[in-house]
Amino acid sequence: MDIDLNMKILVIDDFSTMRKVIKNLLKQVGYSDISEAQDGTSALQILKSRNIDFIISDWNMPNMNGLELLKAVRGDSEISSIPFLMVTAEALKDNIVLAVKEGVSNYIVKPFTAEVLNEKIEGIIAKQ
Amino acid sequence: MDVRFVNSFLEGTISVLETMAHVTPKPGNPYLKKSRAAGGDVSGIIGLTGAVTGSLALSFSEKAILKIVSNMLGEEITEINDDIEDAVGEITNMVSGVARKKLESLGFNVTSAIPTVVAGKNHTIHHVLGGPSIIIPFETEDGPFVVDVSMIGTE
Repeated sequence: MDIDLNMKILVIDDFSTMRKVIKNLLKQVGYSDISEAQDGTSALQILKSRNIDFIISDWNMPNMNGLELLKAVRGDSEISSIPFLMVTAEALKDNIVLAVKEGVSNYIVKPFTAEVLNEKIEGIIAKQ
Repeated sequence: MDVRFVNSFLEGTISVLETMAHVTPKPGNPYLKKSRAAGGDVSGIIGLTGAVTGSLALSFSEKAILKIVSNMLGEEITEINDDIEDAVGEITNMVSGVARKKLESLGFNVTSAIPTVVAGKNHTIHHVLGGPSIIIPFETEDGPFVVDVSMIGTE
């Protein structure tokens, strides 16, 4: 499958180190156009102002968490179709059910390798 | 302390460092720690509640954590800075997450708090339960670190 390595990816995590880790993994795979946001509120501003193609968001964040961001994205017709990969520290069944109900594209549990991250991205794009 | 608790955190530590930092730590023989000395230069500590209650600390030597975080970020870091402390918190969180998943598969449902990080020579670890804790010493090619576990089953 041909994946556009130039697609614009937005990485959202309140920990700057985790944003760097995810960016590092994405760069290992070959993605180069990566933006960052530290919470859901600033992510929404970026999503409104840039043509983001793919969202990778942490679940646990202050102010607006990943689930609230997901709801906001899916409820806004301008950005509602952007693929949304949720990053979680644990695969809690109840949380996954909630996220699926709100329209998450897929989820990934920390820790993960660049290969696993890319498999998730490719899987989501393939279903588009 | 139930050996399954200790094994969950041992396996979680190896899994996180191998996956995120391409570092394969070698565990040594666990022993009982009676002092509060952390044993490392930067430590992450996280509280756990539920079927297992207590706290987990990871305490890294400077050389070990510089290599681990440099590998995680894909850039060389030469001193303990905000990135290192941030990463230690995240590593502690991930180890807790992997271990809790293993504990859940054994029938122990556990939730965790937000990790805190302490840095500096000769700092101490205060476990909520007090008393002695179990130390699992690890060696990496660049230096040692310890996993410091203090917990009891409540069910």
